[in-house]
Amino acid sequence: MSLVVPTMAEMMAKGEAPEYLFWVGCSGSFDDRAKKITKALVKILNETKVSFAVLGTEESCTGDPAKRAGNEFTFQMQAMMNIQVLDGYEVKKIVTACPHCFNTLKNEYPELGGNYDVIHHTQLIQELINQGKLTLKGGDTFKGKKITFHDPCYLGRANDVYEAPRALIEKLDAELVEMKRCKTNGLCCGAGGAQMFKEAEKGNKEINIERTEEALETSPNIIATGCPFCNTMMTDGVKNFEKEDSVQVLDVAELIANAADL
Amino acid sequence: MGQIIFAVLLAAGLGFFAWNVRKVRSNILLGRDVDRSDNKKERWKTMLLVAFGQQKMFARPIPALLHLAIYAAFVITQIELIEIFVDGLSGEHRIFRASLGGFYTFMISFIEILSVAALIATFIFLIRRNLLTIPRFRMSEMNGWPKMDGNMILFMEIILVACIFTMNGTDEVLYSMGASHAENLGDGSMNFTISSLIAEPLFGGMSESSLHTLERIGWWGHIIMVFAFLNYLPYSKHFHIVLAFPNTYYSNLEKKGRFTNMESVTNEVKLMMDPTADPFAAPPEGAPEPQRFGAKDVTDLTWKNLLDSYTCTECGRCTSSCPANLTGKMLSPRKIMMDTRDRLVEVGENKRKHGADYDDGKTLLGDYITEEELWACTSCNACVQECPVNIDPLSIIVDLRRYLVMEESKVPTELTGMLTNIENNGAPWQFSPSDRLNWANEE
Repeated sequence: MSLVVPTMAEMMAKGEAPEYLFWVGCSGSFDDRAKKITKALVKILNETKVSFAVLGTEESCTGDPAKRAGNEFTFQMQAMMNIQVLDGYEVKKIVTACPHCFNTLKNEYPELGGNYDVIHHTQLIQELINQGKLTLKGGDTFKGKKITFHDPCYLGRANDVYEAPRALIEKLDAELVEMKRCKTNGLCCGAGGAQMFKEAEKGNKEINIERTEEALETSPNIIATGCPFCNTMMTDGVKNFEKEDSVQVLDVAELIANAADL
Repeated sequence: MGQIIFAVLLAAGLGFFAWNVRKVRSNILLGRDVDRSDNKKERWKTMLLVAFGQQKMFARPIPALLHLAIYAAFVITQIELIEIFVDGLSGEHRIFRASLGGFYTFMISFIEILSVAALIATFIFLIRRNLLTIPRFRMSEMNGWPKMDGNMILFMEIILVACIFTMNGTDEVLYSMGASHAENLGDGSMNFTISSLIAEPLFGGMSESSLHTLERIGWWGHIIMVFAFLNYLPYSKHFHIVLAFPNTYYSNLEKKGRFTNMESVTNEVKLMMDPTADPFAAPPEGAPEPQRFGAKDVTDLTWKNLLDSYTCTECGRCTSSCPANLTGKMLSPRKIMMDTRDRLVEVGENKRKHGADYDDGKTLLGDYITEEELWACTSCNACVQECPVNIDPLSIIVDLRRYLVMEESKVPTELTGMLTNIENNGAPWQFSPSDRLNWANEE
């Protein structure tokens, strides 16, 4: 099945306006691993006939890593340019698979004039399933599997979204096992605050190794998460323990796309 | 004579405390303004739950229960203080006992039971701090004064409770002998739960005069400790018993992920993006002097940041949950708060001694907090989540980063690359913006 990915420009040319703008984000657009998450989400959107479009080449970094790094200038330049584009297309609702984009668009754009209804992809997928638009026909794909969920900081603590991703995992025929630190106490993967783009300061351990250890303590088959950066960090962590053959790191969107036979 | 001494002690105790509180307040107000006057209902609710109800303490149940014992004893004992004040000023003895009757016996017994619970908790806290190897009490920022401060408070607590039971225990023996200065109701015992048990074994058989002396030592010792404690607070981490209330009231009620917007930057960015703007235009008459971007010293932080620093009781929950600290990095959110307070006290003293414009050549950034600490933060908000009194170390870290980056262009090399990429390519990596949609056509 080929993906149908309309752009806002195409829609506008046809005089249409989609319900959702899918904000893909830099990671989802350029990172090879994260692109798979992007495609999994598009498959779900296509299957459920959600009216959406992407900005395509008109999308640009939200400015999140610049803001966390302390460069408010770069952040606000990015934000204001993006707001011009978004408002040009009269965007009302945004869905994104990146908690960092989610947080920035939802919480930090309004003060600069960008007001949108922003949701994380796990929240949209939950809504679609609840409305009966998506059925998990491949329900036994995950039968008997143990799945642990790593809370992305910018989804959990930063925005109090803990239940949507868990509700989705619970819809699979799998066992959701919680790590020692989870939900409000979840341990960071080590990528936030612009750490993704630099070496860590001197210490005695990498943060993603510490977190992966905690995840592996639950002896999972799958470490699920809802953030492309957490995905990278946990994948690296699993490789560090040479467990990549027995433990997969997957986004919740990938789990659901899989279970829905997409 | 006793009444005069008491009145002097009372005036001095309250006066000196008020003087110190004013000093702390003026220090806090050295911070930049931030508006927390909105949403009063939500603020009262937060204060009731988090400060009064200790909601966030219960994330760790064992210390929470021990802490609750001391807190409850402390709060309820305030009721007894009313009688001590009235007795002290009027020269009466247990003035409310005759009129309140059974309720009086109940109240004092309740206070006694809570005092025993507090005493047990105090001993366990001393063991936790000094004998057990609980990592958060053994970090380098706790060496010296902070460690002694923690122990002093606990020792004062023990002396306080010892005085209460000396006072009540001896009075019980005296009362049963018919020799107490409390009005004799002919019931033979004051019937306070704990002191009626310990009175005989501890104080039985002593002469009436030694009992009276001991009773007075207990009474005066107690009230002297109360004043000592009160006046120790502004110099100690223990000030949280007062400041936890305003600090939670003025909590940040926004989502934790939302970092403050810098309006000074917004104005400049708008100018840059407005093709009709004159970049060389002089600022309008009477425009405020431009503020420094971010924070270099405590006076660049907000008053809430500074209130946070005085409220911190150095429990270290923040640090023990910090991913950077857990993996051996230099960053400790608790140290950020302690440094902020120490520097603020120093700046405040300097201003009072040498005038408002005095510059001692030191700053929070550099002399207290290093760049290495700041760059280790992942902005994960674990410290903010953990703090039982809603302190926000992250906002200080971010403001210090902002100063480094925007005023001094001191950015770790790899981050310079990331920032350049965002500015040139619209992504933190070096990809061409024209390739952004390629994923849609790749297999």
